[in-house]
Amino acid sequence: MVVCLNVTMQKAYIMPLSTPETTPKAREPILQVRNLKKYFGGGGGFGLGAKKTVIQAVEDVSFDLYPGETLGMVGESGCGKSTVARTLLRLDEPTSGEALFHGKDIFTMNPQELIQLRRKMQVIFQDPYASLNPRMSVEATISEPWSIHKDILPKEEWPDRVRDLLESVGLRRDHAERYPHQFSGGQLQRIGIARAMTLEPEILLCDEPVSALDLSIQAQVINLLEELQERFNIAFLFIAHDLSVVRHISDRVAVMYLGRVAELGTEAQVYETPRHPYTRALLSAEPNLEFGKTTSSDRIMLQGEVPSPANPPSGCRFRTRCWKAQDICAGEAPDLAVQSDGNLHQAACYFPEPLPE
Amino acid sequence: MSEETALLQVQDLRVEFRTGREIVNAVNGANFSVHPGETLAILGESGSGKSVTASTIMRLLQSPPGFVTGGKVMFKGTDILKLPLNEWRKMSGKNIALVTQDALTSLNPVFKVGWQIAEMFRVHGETNNGDPMERAIELLERVGIPAPRDRANDYPHQFSGGMRQRVMIAMAVALHPQLLIADEPTTALDVTVQAQIMDLLAKIKHEEGMAVILITHDLGVVVDVADTVCVMYGGRVVEYGKVAEVMRTPAHPYTKALMDSAPQAQQKGKRLKPILGSPPDMARLPSGCTFHPRCANATDICRTQAPVPSTPVDGRMSECHHAESVYHASVNT
Repeated sequence: MVVCLNVTMQKAYIMPLSTPETTPKAREPILQVRNLKKYFGGGGGFGLGAKKTVIQAVEDVSFDLYPGETLGMVGESGCGKSTVARTLLRLDEPTSGEALFHGKDIFTMNPQELIQLRRKMQVIFQDPYASLNPRMSVEATISEPWSIHKDILPKEEWPDRVRDLLESVGLRRDHAERYPHQFSGGQLQRIGIARAMTLEPEILLCDEPVSALDLSIQAQVINLLEELQERFNIAFLFIAHDLSVVRHISDRVAVMYLGRVAELGTEAQVYETPRHPYTRALLSAEPNLEFGKTTSSDRIMLQGEVPSPANPPSGCRFRTRCWKAQDICAGEAPDLAVQSDGNLHQAACYFPEPLPE
Repeated sequence: MSEETALLQVQDLRVEFRTGREIVNAVNGANFSVHPGETLAILGESGSGKSVTASTIMRLLQSPPGFVTGGKVMFKGTDILKLPLNEWRKMSGKNIALVTQDALTSLNPVFKVGWQIAEMFRVHGETNNGDPMERAIELLERVGIPAPRDRANDYPHQFSGGMRQRVMIAMAVALHPQLLIADEPTTALDVTVQAQIMDLLAKIKHEEGMAVILITHDLGVVVDVADTVCVMYGGRVVEYGKVAEVMRTPAHPYTKALMDSAPQAQQKGKRLKPILGSPPDMARLPSGCTFHPRCANATDICRTQAPVPSTPVDGRMSECHHAESVYHASVNT
């Protein structure tokens, strides 16, 4: 754990690790992410001209994940939410920071330990077509993890278990012999979920799992995920850009903006009493199904678009679009500070929104 | 609403795609009309035929494999589908314009943005009312592009997604069309940028007094901006009416089920109510009502007989055998 000895380390980014009392599911966190940072490029040497553009995709992200809970992660494209998931799986190597899984740092694990980690931490991706091998039958896809983790299930039990799993995700037993092209998008996502369940993981990273699905199918997959979570007490890191989906499924929510966590709190805290101006603007921009709830007059229209992560604003990264920004916002980046309405609620803003009376 | 005042009327439109193996019935008798100044949303999931309807109206249907096998698209008394292509080209732009989802593929990557907008004036012979390039710059300013004079000399790849969509809108409204068809104009954009573009579309619509057909899969966008809505399923318009009325008291089981499957704040902690099964295979449509295999209200007649449009309440159309009872059930909840 020699990583992360940079300046930001000195700041009060490490949150109190006291067990939050308001979450019934809370116990010791199974995953503690601290000061995660991921820069892309800048290595030099590669490519023509080797311009040293550094994309600061994730900057100083810290959060905990508790057993059996769903932590939603929302943000617009380029906010770094998928990069967080990819570094946690070591699909991308982090630049610095640590991620403690049951107290052991994922980022310093050797290949053997990683294999054991991935047994406990599985992933489902956005694009169900791209995440399954078109030349492998469903049976081969689902049973492949058992050929890597040989101690889980004797081979003669594979066919039965594959079919049980298919049933538990709402498919038919005879679907096992089929190939991916014979399924619809929603069915493929179910197969991806079944494959992720083979090793009975403790954590499931869900990277935009329902974004590619139609509304009617999306609801089926969300229900399935919730059922599996209840049955097996799996913790979800649920990454999505759809605010209403995240609200529905999450116990706690992290709002990300340009590589940083802007706000973190329980679902009710973030959605009912947002403290960060960005959260407020984001929530108000979402078209609402409830009539008369959001009208265009109380919609906060942000100016411009998200700046490039290759050249992010100094200090608070939201300040260039923020209506509250003052000189101080351009200096030191604000800490993810605990808000007065509870230690679960944190916002990184010098001028947080007032709590309603 | 009287049919004579309609700006655009789509009557029993049928479009099929003939692939080597099968015939895909993308649109199966769609009916709707748009009136001057109205914003009509066409709501549907993927494969419901909403985008094919838009490209057919714009005469952009690629043929083969796509063929219009029936129906009319009447624009101010002329059947667009019967016009020779060169006449249609003269007419479109001045009358009907299109904004698509993917602005990057709709703009030509090798020409400067200002030049591409100015081309609208050159192609339509409108070179007398001032320099086309100057007018293009004015348009860029109008759609909220900062430093329009400089940006006019940039290429499409130098614009962000939201800015490109603004360029598309500038181009679409250059010749003051009476109807703008916006096909998923904000689907590729982030929610804060989506709000900006929707705001811009509303502003331009108001200034121009034009009608808009907004094609979308997003219930929230429909509620937000549209006056009336057509809900499409299986290539047909299954429900039509005023947005607030359709959303509050749906008279078609599909509309109701679609609303119910959307996650909403007040249902937090409960399971969602998905629509069972999958959307229909458009090459093998179910018999009778295309929604019957997924419908909670389906009875024997639904399996054998296709429903005809009915009017459960004034100003509403629902293609369901049980429209009346579905409507009354949703009024009572």
